[in-house]
Amino acid sequence: MHAQSGGNLIRTSFRLGPVEFKNRVLVASGTFGYGDECVSAVDVNRLGGIVTKSLSLKPREGNPPPRIVETTGGMLNSIGLANIGVHRFVSEKLPFLRTVDTAVIANIAASTIEEYCAVLEILEGEEGIDAYEINVSCPNVREGGLNFGTSCPMTAEITKQLRGRTRRPLIIKLTPNVTHISEFARAVEDAGADAVSVMNTLIGMALDVRTRKPVLSTVTGGLSGPAVKPVALAKVYETARAVKIPVIGIGGITNGRDAIEFLLAGALAIQVGTANFVDPAAGIKVADEMKAYCAEQGIADMGSLVGALDARTGVSVLDSWL
Amino acid sequence: MLQTSCPVLSLTAVAENVFLLVLDAPEIAPLVRPGQFLNVRIDETSDPLLRRPFSVYRTEGNRLELLFNVVGRGTHALAEKRKGDRLDVLGPLGVPFTLDDPGFTTAVLVAGGLGVAPMPITTRELLLKGKAVRTFLGARNKGSLVTTHLVQVEIATDDGSEGLRGTVVDLLERAFASGVPARPKIFACGPHPMLKAVAAFAVRFDIPCEVSMEGPMGCGIGICQGCPVELTNPAKKYALMCKDGPTFDARTIRW
Ligand SMILES: Cc1cc2nc3c(=O)[nH]c(=O)nc-3n(C[C@H](O)[C@H](O)[C@H](O)COP(=O)(O)OP(=O)(O)OC[C@H]3O[C@@H](n4cnc5c(N)ncnc54)[C@H](O)[C@@H]3O)c2cc1C
Ligand SMILES: Cc1cc2nc3c(=O)[nH]c(=O)nc-3n(C[C@H](O)[C@H](O)[C@H](O)COP(=O)(O)O)c2cc1C
Ligand code: FES
Repeated sequence: MHAQSGGNLIRTSFRLGPVEFKNRVLVASGTFGYGDECVSAVDVNRLGGIVTKSLSLKPREGNPPPRIVETTGGMLNSIGLANIGVHRFVSEKLPFLRTVDTAVIANIAASTIEEYCAVLEILEGEEGIDAYEINVSCPNVREGGLNFGTSCPMTAEITKQLRGRTRRPLIIKLTPNVTHISEFARAVEDAGADAVSVMNTLIGMALDVRTRKPVLSTVTGGLSGPAVKPVALAKVYETARAVKIPVIGIGGITNGRDAIEFLLAGALAIQVGTANFVDPAAGIKVADEMKAYCAEQGIADMGSLVGALDARTGVSVLDSWL
Repeated sequence: MLQTSCPVLSLTAVAENVFLLVLDAPEIAPLVRPGQFLNVRIDETSDPLLRRPFSVYRTEGNRLELLFNVVGRGTHALAEKRKGDRLDVLGPLGVPFTLDDPGFTTAVLVAGGLGVAPMPITTRELLLKGKAVRTFLGARNKGSLVTTHLVQVEIATDDGSEGLRGTVVDLLERAFASGVPARPKIFACGPHPMLKAVAAFAVRFDIPCEVSMEGPMGCGIGICQGCPVELTNPAKKYALMCKDGPTFDARTIRW
């Protein structure tokens, strides 16, 4: 799609396999519900895409309260993947999502590889889903709750199993809670993923000094929001240099400048997460500001910004001195 | 739910550490039902990052009034606002109190501390509906009481500087001991332990009771799943405070 801005025609769209996205801003999983909650305040058709809350095979109640706490420039959450389950998603939410003029990405979470496959197979039978994003930051019940996403072989195996079951674009959402995220990106690339999303939340913690208790019921939780942006940017940079498949940048993006930084660091597109809680229209504002940046800089195709940072050669994330 | 930028018309201290904020909100004000809340963006920076929820205290034409306590960074910054400053407001949000329930004739309003905030708008609506209203307020001390726009007010303070020395539940016990009002229904708002005691009181007297809960919220509009309230319903463990509440039938809550 071409957008008129400042007298210039700016190309904001991009493709992922067969799917055309009208702009490079998606809303992140777990931060926009199932896409139907915000319609009275936000014109979702102006988003590049909607990533659903993680869907599991059965509905999940989620963790006990407190599930969230604000921290400096961010927040911790331990929602526990509370969701309505894939069946109710298909019957109650998908009919609405089929009517919107934006890409719909179903995010899948599970506690066994079979469950990932089962959820995907149910969604394969449904129209109106453009791509899958796989949340591998989930405890594997077979391995004593060890997170799938922190095991490279497990992450690759999930990718391989799902790849064999779908021709829709398959995006693996990586966790930053590993030493080298690029190794995971390479492993899923080899296993057939079409793209990676970088990143999920960082493990964090907050204490109440009066009671000496952790604030969250689960002790630790996932950190998100502006506070994580520099970390996310470095992870995107590291990943984009390691793989040929596209990287979708996520972490602390609240405005157009933030988003452009992610494109320059190598992201093909970005997702807006926590910022939606502060402003449900954040995604649209980010998209508008990105376009305004291009107009101001005389950039005709936003895609030309991807990976276009001016970095000193030879210095990489992995080998630079800190 | 609307999102609008509302100019501050006034900000005044009305009691110890209690402020009345009046906003010009022609779109939102006429839509507000008693018991609903607003999610207010304190400023454009990322500290504090999240919005802060506040009950609607009163509406008057285009005017939207909030009553708040300074407890932390967000409310501290809110207390610094000046006439003409603009606030980004989401609202009205949440499920209002059920006031047109034909099952009651006397509304018993019970508030602890800033739990008084939703009571004036509730009182006005109840009186319009021809209900009798009795109000029971609990506060730390005389200085922190806000009693305007309320009717038939009885008071308890922790230090006894005004009314009964004790809790608002003690006050309620006493009032009911000398006569239960005709076909009552309780509407309560305040800190969790107080609501729990009021809910138990309502069960004991077999009186219908709605409570307005508070607690941390991420979004205020049902998209983050961050505000669970535990229910007694075995089929549905949690409700969302922001979307299914903040008002709940007290019997549905697992206290
Ligand atoms: C539906 C609803 C209606 C509310 N109505 C009013 C009102 O009319 N007037 C009013 O003064 N307050 C009201 N509150 C509480 C108000 O939202 C908090 O006082 C406010 O968010 C604190 O922000 P802060 O940045 O000043 O404090 P913080 O620095 O965030 O925290 C300071 C202290 O307040 C506690 N706190 C933080 N957020 C909340 C919260 N959302 N609810 C309860 N405690 C919290 C923290 O645990 C901490 O102890 C309401 C809350 C809810 C959920
Ligand atoms: C409350 C909350 C719930 C989330 N739920 C999910 C989820 O269900 N699945 C998922 O893959 N990521 C989930 N995330 C992670 C976000 O999609 C995103 O990766 C992360 O928050 C970093 O981006 P941000 O800083 O822009 O929020 C959640 C984040 C938050 C804050
Ligand atoms: S505060 Fe986000 S769902 Fe209730």
